[in-house]
Amino acid sequence: MKRPLLQIMNVCKRFGAMDILRSVDLTVAAGRVLAIVGPNGAGKTTLIKSVLGLTRPDAGRITLMGTDVLGANAYRSSIGYMPQIARFPENLTGGELVALLKDLRGPTALLDTELIDCFGLEQALEKPLRVLSGGTRQKVNAAMAFLFSPELLILDEPTAGLDPLSSSVLKDKILVERGAGKTVMVTSHIMNELEELADDVAFMVDGRLAFSGTLDDLKRVTAQTTMERAVAAMMMRDCAEAA
Amino acid sequence: MNTMMKVLKYQARDAIRSRWLIAYALFFLVVTDALLRFSGDPVKAQLSLVSIVLFVVPLVAIVFGTVYLYNAREFVELILAQPVDRRQTYCGLYLGLTLPLIVTFVVGLALPFALNGLDALAWGRLAALLVAGTVLTCVFTAIATSIAVKCEDRLRGLGAAIGVWLLVTIVYDGFVLLVLAVLSEYPLERATLGLMMANPIDIARVGLLLRFDGAAMMGYTGAVFLKFFSGSTGMVVATLALTAWIVAPIAFGVRVFQRKDF
Repeated sequence: MKRPLLQIMNVCKRFGAMDILRSVDLTVAAGRVLAIVGPNGAGKTTLIKSVLGLTRPDAGRITLMGTDVLGANAYRSSIGYMPQIARFPENLTGGELVALLKDLRGPTALLDTELIDCFGLEQALEKPLRVLSGGTRQKVNAAMAFLFSPELLILDEPTAGLDPLSSSVLKDKILVERGAGKTVMVTSHIMNELEELADDVAFMVDGRLAFSGTLDDLKRVTAQTTMERAVAAMMMRDCAEAA
Repeated sequence: MNTMMKVLKYQARDAIRSRWLIAYALFFLVVTDALLRFSGDPVKAQLSLVSIVLFVVPLVAIVFGTVYLYNAREFVELILAQPVDRRQTYCGLYLGLTLPLIVTFVVGLALPFALNGLDALAWGRLAALLVAGTVLTCVFTAIATSIAVKCEDRLRGLGAAIGVWLLVTIVYDGFVLLVLAVLSEYPLERATLGLMMANPIDIARVGLLLRFDGAAMMGYTGAVFLKFFSGSTGMVVATLALTAWIVAPIAFGVRVFQRKDF
């Protein structure tokens, strides 16, 4: 059995009359890349935000490296989060934003500035964020998530808005981190890109976890050869069940 | 340095560079300078400034505060994804909004007077204006912060902000006048005092007008106010009431913020 880094147990969340998460059970193994896929509104972002403590689940437990995360704060120093939308205070510079995160996290032994170098962000970090293009802001966003060499990286649609070159740089970085024993949770709607990265797949639909296992398992279960086809098959099967 | 101070430091840096705050400082610079030039008398200029401060400061604090915090939503999420405590983050956000507004207000209002040169009496009155504006800023950014965390919908939040401002600036005074008119047969000085204490702008207004010898214009009620405010009980009650107007919205906002889902 692989060592579990993150365990999500029986997590439920309801917003008003809508069940966003219905008793989700998910174990994330250390040193692997987990792709969370599913249609829009399936609860992917809510699940991620529950792990981060941004959203408080109504029921269930979440543990990171064996300790409960609900109501705790310190555990977040082991997580690097890249949110979907890179909207930052427009009058701060990227450098000041990075300085804020450094301040909030306290002294760290080693800063991983590889993405800042690879994206060539040194100059952009001196400008106010409002003058940066959407793509450059997304690069700053990515660089900040990797900066503290966290044990767990949570990337919500990381390549949205990135050009092919930058997106390749980011994917290479994800694989390097996995090689170094780090764990990555990533959501995306671009299956071809996840196929390069993912070891495991969690397929969510309508707040439930419809499939969880390795990418090979997913292909075998659905009798497909590519991840895109396999996930599409999963979605169709789900539609058929609903009908 | 704790989380609150760290959040405060960077948020204040962002806010103070905002075009809106620069415009706010310019507004007070121009108005104060113009009043000084046209009246040629610092005391007259200050009397005109009383109404302007009481009207503009709460409006800017509550509207700018609400809009600013709605725009900072993703920034708040980014902060909360770090190992931080929510209560401290909230206080940092509140102060990071309030301090730049206070600094801009103080600079905008005081600079023209400082350049003009003042006697001791005018300095005292300027200080009273600055204190009143500062306290009102603290009250209305506290309300703005709690509205921004309570209302998910930014349009409704902005509506609530403007609604609160209209209520305490205009509607409430109409209500007080109505009460006084209907019950004019009765001695209402104490009741009026109570009603005034329930509205932060009224407390500031009465406090300022008394310093400006406006009490003479307010007849018998003014005399009651003067007696109340010049005694230590009056000052203590007014200070407590204003403190409550700052602390209550913050306490409410912290409660909501700690349970909020982003």
